[in-house]
Amino acid sequence: MIDHTRRRLSAALGAGIALALSGEAAIAADKAALLNVSYDVARKFYQELNPAFAEAWKQKTGQALRIDQSHGGSSKQARAVIDGLEADVVTMNNPLDIDAIAERGKLLPKAWAAQFPHASSPSWSTILFLVRKGNPKAIRDWNDLVKPGVAVILPNPKTSGNGRYSYLAAWEYAKRANGGSEEAARAFVKKFFANVPILDTGGRGATTTFSQRAIGDVLLTFENEVALIREELGDKFEVVVPSLTVRADNPVAVVQKFAAKHGRNDLARAYIEFHYSPKGQEIFARNAIRPSDPVVLERFAASFPKVNVFTVEEAFGSWPKAQAAHFADGASFDQIYASP
Amino acid sequence: MSSQPVDHSLQDPPKLPFEPLIQRNAVITEQPWVRWLLTALALVFLAGFLLLPLVAVFVEALRNGVGTYLDAVRDPDAIAAIELTLTVAAIAVPLNTLFGICAAWAVTKHTFRGKQFLITLIDLPFSVSPVVSGLIYVLIFGAQGWLGPWMSEHDFKVIFAIPGIVLATVFVTFPFVARELIPLMQEQGTDDEQAALSLGATGWQTFMRVTLPNIKWGLLYGVLLCNARAMGEFGAVSVVSGHIRGMTNTMPLHVEILYNEYNFAAAFAVASLLAMLALVTLVLKSFLEWRLGSELAATRKH
Repeated sequence: MIDHTRRRLSAALGAGIALALSGEAAIAADKAALLNVSYDVARKFYQELNPAFAEAWKQKTGQALRIDQSHGGSSKQARAVIDGLEADVVTMNNPLDIDAIAERGKLLPKAWAAQFPHASSPSWSTILFLVRKGNPKAIRDWNDLVKPGVAVILPNPKTSGNGRYSYLAAWEYAKRANGGSEEAARAFVKKFFANVPILDTGGRGATTTFSQRAIGDVLLTFENEVALIREELGDKFEVVVPSLTVRADNPVAVVQKFAAKHGRNDLARAYIEFHYSPKGQEIFARNAIRPSDPVVLERFAASFPKVNVFTVEEAFGSWPKAQAAHFADGASFDQIYASP
Repeated sequence: MSSQPVDHSLQDPPKLPFEPLIQRNAVITEQPWVRWLLTALALVFLAGFLLLPLVAVFVEALRNGVGTYLDAVRDPDAIAAIELTLTVAAIAVPLNTLFGICAAWAVTKHTFRGKQFLITLIDLPFSVSPVVSGLIYVLIFGAQGWLGPWMSEHDFKVIFAIPGIVLATVFVTFPFVARELIPLMQEQGTDDEQAALSLGATGWQTFMRVTLPNIKWGLLYGVLLCNARAMGEFGAVSVVSGHIRGMTNTMPLHVEILYNEYNFAAAFAVASLLAMLALVTLVLKSFLEWRLGSELAATRKH
């Protein structure tokens, strides 16, 4: 470590930026490495998955492996990859973000979703309700959220994946409850957002608002975030499973252009395939993320309550369609949120 | 002979009539209770908004005991963040010291066309939001930016790597040294330098023996401020960092990540290191102010 410091410092001090450039390149080359650019709440999961994969890789090839992680909001991370953050693999909470990397960055084929099983999603999560202990407002389902005097906390659908999923789930619930009427759904979602006092930009921000600042009666967020809150912040909360909710896939992809440039195509593929292996699926389950393999999910049934889910594809056609109709500038969400 | 008593009477009278005036004249001063109230308010405000958060950082950091604190600080990712922050400061601060002296020298000791424009340029990083400072480098060096495709072909990495973090830090901290020196050097004028030059000193000798000793305390002050900001910068660095753990995370970014992971004790432990750096800077700054007195009075605007 000291040697490492000295090398970096002397490079830096000696000749400034030019040397720092070459110094970095030298450090990067001496060991097999992989950069995984991922979303915010997957940190804990990768802290467990990465060492497991590194061990498997070492057994198979004898090569030591270092996996670097970068975490942030899913869309922000996609933007960084498009701007040149040279990720070998991306692991997101939303297929739209990988679509953006394919379309704007041209870094992987547009049909990336066909490259791995389950539409390249080794795991999924769902939106649940978290209420305060004893459920004082008696919240059981979506229609309880639009009652007067209930304060609902969720992140902004324009900037966050779980905000978008919550919005779409509320819409679909109301649509089904009213015989498929889009108008009734719009009116319901409008009433719903009238009960939202604050829109944070990301899932973590909403969690902090609800749990630390004690604002609101119910928090809408991903199942794995709910589990984390209960684990970290004690038993002050209860989970409510609504009668209908949404399946949120967590897609993964090899960023082929960068992986090929680094000569790590095989490694990157193996890394993603490891997500689908029994071991990888089990690590998902242990971190409160639902594994795509139904057999493994069944084995962990105790930690995953039965949910009645719909997918965005079946309810809204496709993600790009849902995006255009609901979250684009001036679309449904803007109309609902702007008008009093 | 009789000069002693006369001297006293000459020095004292100006003081005596003024003091009662200040204390009693209701027109130019406030009631005692008003003054007490204002002082108390200021102190409460300072304690509440400055001292309390500082204390809270250390209390939170040590909440789970010294062991947790040391673990957090010795974590490989934390050590990498500390290294990176020190490396960045070690590059950015000398560079800006050099630029700052050159700029201040050019602006105060010479007249040329476009001088006002140069001063405005020096101030630019102060007026631009740090996020924008970061984004300009993404626009220039990013894969979709002006130089991105060429750089990608030749395998130069600037953003999402150390050079980008250094560039963003240099940009944000650029004005500190120059801004500190310009008023000081303006006030000192060019008389000393002219005397040195007319006595046959070369330009270099004049700078090393006349200008530099004159500005040394002000320079040190500027370097301290520059260093404090270089280590603490968040916004611009966050945009160009890429947030790769153990590689491109500086200390402020590491604090944010730990906090978002619910790892409060570790977040505050690293934050306390940053706070300690700030405290050291503050102590040095107070020491300099005490050392300098009037010399700095002209420049003390921060």
